[in-house]
Amino acid sequence: MATETFYEVMRRQGITRRSFMKFCSLTAASLGLGPTFAPKIAQAMETKQRTPVIWLHGLECTCCSESFIRSAHPLAKDVVLSMLSLDYDDTLMAAAGHQAEAVLDEIKKKYKGNYILAVEGNPPLNEDGMYCMHGGRPFVEILKEAAADAKAIISWGACASWGCVQAAKPNPTRATPVHKVITDKPIIKVPGCPPIAEVMTGVITYMLTFDRIPELDRQGRPKMFYGQRIHDKCYRRPHFDAGQFVEEWDDDAARKGFCLYKMGCKGPTTYNACSTMRWNGGVSFPIQSGHGCIGCSEEGFWDKGGFYNRVTNINQFGIESNADKIGGTIAATAGAAVVAHAAATALSKARSDNGNQAKSDQTKGGK
Amino acid sequence: MAAYETQGFKMDNSGKRVIVDPVCRIEGHLRVEVNLDAKNVITNAVSTGTMWRGLEVILKGRDPRDAWAFTERICGVCTGTHALTSVRAVEDALNIQIPENANTIRNIMQLNLYVHDHLVHFYHLHALDWVDVVSALSADPKKTSELAQSISDWPLSSPGYFRDVQNRLKKFVESGQLGPFMNGYWGNPAYKLPPEANLMAVTHYLEALDFQKEIVKIHTIFGGKNPHPNWLVGGVPCAININDTGAGGAINMERLNMVKSIIDRSKEFIEKVYIPDLLAIASFYKGWLYGGGLSSKNVLSYGDIPQRANDYSASNLLFPRGAIINGDLSKVHEVDLKDPEQVQEFVTHSWYKYPDETKGLHPFDGITEPYYHPEGPNFKGTRTKIEALDESAKYSWIKAPRWRGHAMEVGPLSRMLLGYVQPKQFPFIKETIDSVLTKLDVPVTALFSTLGRTAARGIETLYCAQLQSDQFDKLIANIKAGDSTTANVAKWDPSTWPAEAKGAGFTEAPRGALGHWIKIKDTKIDNYQCVVPTTWNGGPRDPKGQIGAFEAALMNTPLAVADQPLEILRTLHSFDPCLACSTHVMSPDGDELVKVTVR
Repeated sequence: MATETFYEVMRRQGITRRSFMKFCSLTAASLGLGPTFAPKIAQAMETKQRTPVIWLHGLECTCCSESFIRSAHPLAKDVVLSMLSLDYDDTLMAAAGHQAEAVLDEIKKKYKGNYILAVEGNPPLNEDGMYCMHGGRPFVEILKEAAADAKAIISWGACASWGCVQAAKPNPTRATPVHKVITDKPIIKVPGCPPIAEVMTGVITYMLTFDRIPELDRQGRPKMFYGQRIHDKCYRRPHFDAGQFVEEWDDDAARKGFCLYKMGCKGPTTYNACSTMRWNGGVSFPIQSGHGCIGCSEEGFWDKGGFYNRVTNINQFGIESNADKIGGTIAATAGAAVVAHAAATALSKARSDNGNQAKSDQTKGGK
Repeated sequence: MAAYETQGFKMDNSGKRVIVDPVCRIEGHLRVEVNLDAKNVITNAVSTGTMWRGLEVILKGRDPRDAWAFTERICGVCTGTHALTSVRAVEDALNIQIPENANTIRNIMQLNLYVHDHLVHFYHLHALDWVDVVSALSADPKKTSELAQSISDWPLSSPGYFRDVQNRLKKFVESGQLGPFMNGYWGNPAYKLPPEANLMAVTHYLEALDFQKEIVKIHTIFGGKNPHPNWLVGGVPCAININDTGAGGAINMERLNMVKSIIDRSKEFIEKVYIPDLLAIASFYKGWLYGGGLSSKNVLSYGDIPQRANDYSASNLLFPRGAIINGDLSKVHEVDLKDPEQVQEFVTHSWYKYPDETKGLHPFDGITEPYYHPEGPNFKGTRTKIEALDESAKYSWIKAPRWRGHAMEVGPLSRMLLGYVQPKQFPFIKETIDSVLTKLDVPVTALFSTLGRTAARGIETLYCAQLQSDQFDKLIANIKAGDSTTANVAKWDPSTWPAEAKGAGFTEAPRGALGHWIKIKDTKIDNYQCVVPTTWNGGPRDPKGQIGAFEAALMNTPLAVADQPLEILRTLHSFDPCLACSTHVMSPDGDELVKVTVR
């Protein structure tokens, strides 16, 4: 992502060598490190730079941050110390209040166009946005300001990607996903409640390693992690195909690890990597631990019927034809993903239409 | 508002107003305003919840068996505790008895949350209030090693180990990109640790970050993932299969061994890293005993960790239940979530409307009609650009809950105090607190402080690590006795339910007393209310002008540097604020709410 060094960025913005050195001295002094450290800081800034990340929090529950720090490879420690520069994240940062706001302002200016904006949660638009405030102002404004100069935006989790629980009907605060508020930036959706830790670090390290945005599907999700349904790779799939189902909790079939489809499992309609990567360093995933998938990476999963109701669109036919039919759907989806690039123009049009819609919604929401 | 006295505090808002927004290193969005006198001592404190999500109206009309998943998303930091509270509320309403194994597995998961959450809080949300990262750069790794080895036999303690960490830290700082450490309060005179203690603590900050991800794997085994594992009304979703074909698809010997291994390693980390660090840090700060707030007066706990399944009476709980009021430690009052006279919420100073705001409402009869109107003679700014709030008017998205009219502190310190005064039922708590007090050479009154709150959390973690081990043994014993049952499905089918039912569920969340109240009508949720720990602690004033626990704890604290809110953060963090939890409370009358908010 960031190929320019810090020094180059500053020079590009018209800052003189002299000012740059002064900045290094001030940084050294503010840390109480003494003047000998200034050249070292200057050297580091001239030679390399970790991509700055601003991580904002809207209406959310912080499960995405919690998931992120669970990453086994890479370790969260190594991501933060060596791979990127997590300059603003109010869940982890030492500073608060004015000092925190100063960091946010500084990063936006200093790394204009070069930082990644990671968003956890979403902005509510009712009550002039004041259902979520930051420094006495609506979060939606903070989000827009941070997005304006971002290189790319990562929408962490179901909240930022789709709206999640606070946007479930009737969505009293009008919680709105990021892409409906920010329409002029590349947005990578990493849905899930939360996303798998290694999916989160996988997405961000992909961007740092390959210096580009991962390939996205039509919905804006990285194909590498969201290209297949949980059902497609579920280790209990042979039981589904053989018609061996759990009929009630803790029955003999449950103890044998049969398919949870009849218990409402949403694996057949959920695109995520749970059944392949599994959770928490590969220990398990919901189905392996006996509960059906609740579909937490799908848009509007809270409003698709109860978690224990069978997926209705595939329960009308026999097992074998069912599996075939599912296979057919997969092929159709994959085909659609291949032509995603061709559809880019249409997509961006749709995006800006959505954007206009969001804007007009917002105007209506204001007083 | 003129100066006045409440709960033993003299409130005076005439001095310089200092505002901290956002308060970082917490869950969610919090703002705090304080007034300082000429000596930079806090004379008035105002706590404002700055977010609201409205989850309970979203629950209205849904399947009660799904409620755990919605309420679990109230908070991803104390993940699982809302889900547990929710399934207990539904089971209470429908009179569902859960199997012994389900109770034990739930206990293990709840205790596992505590061990993880308290550890992460101490190192990653709270430590930087006590630990100066930049000072660690000047530490002598040899001295750091000597210090570490003098307080613990944790093996990672050689001079070379600390030198490596220090070098990595130096390289990080020299890069000029300071990440989360940028613009911290480094060098503030309120930091008291010598460089070697700072280096030890920073090293363990990183070690704990690596280790915490191991702890939660117990949730993953029983609940499939963490954060947000899966739960089940009537039991737990994971089946047990020790002997038979297909054991690979259930809780089997390998899974149990993994649970056991994690329990043992967690206990070791708590005993050999967390507690020694806590004591070492506390020994340098034992002269800084501000921040007691309400803790010496009014504390509340609902209790948790039932020994036998389905018995939620105080005598069956391994966490104490009760209330202490007016500082009378000799009397533990009984607490009943269903008594309309006990738990009540007020909105006089919250951005909600009641028909009569002089009165509080019990959660079964709760009303929440949002009414965002920042105002008052001292309010500065506009509706969407708040410069200063006025605490004489409405000023927070958090309601003000009261127990029999009293503002209460909830959380680890409240629980440990309630255990300490009931030593017969809670000998571990009493003995551990006494031993910590002796080691630090401080009187029991030292507990009533920010440091006491932080120490109580550590003591509680030790207790939970032990209980986790005990509960695992209990699970094994029960399986050995031939009981593998994990779910009761007799009332799974909604057609077996009565036309109307209501119930209350409780847990002690890591941050304090948590209650859910549910009304079910025609198999759907008719009303759902939550009163959560940070509502208790972070709530605003009530009609009598009584201040909440955050506000009380900030009172009378001097700031070393007026424009650096280090001491404010230290005290707020000692509560481990969780704002997503505190600010979602919602109406039983959803239609009206929607009418109000969609303008």
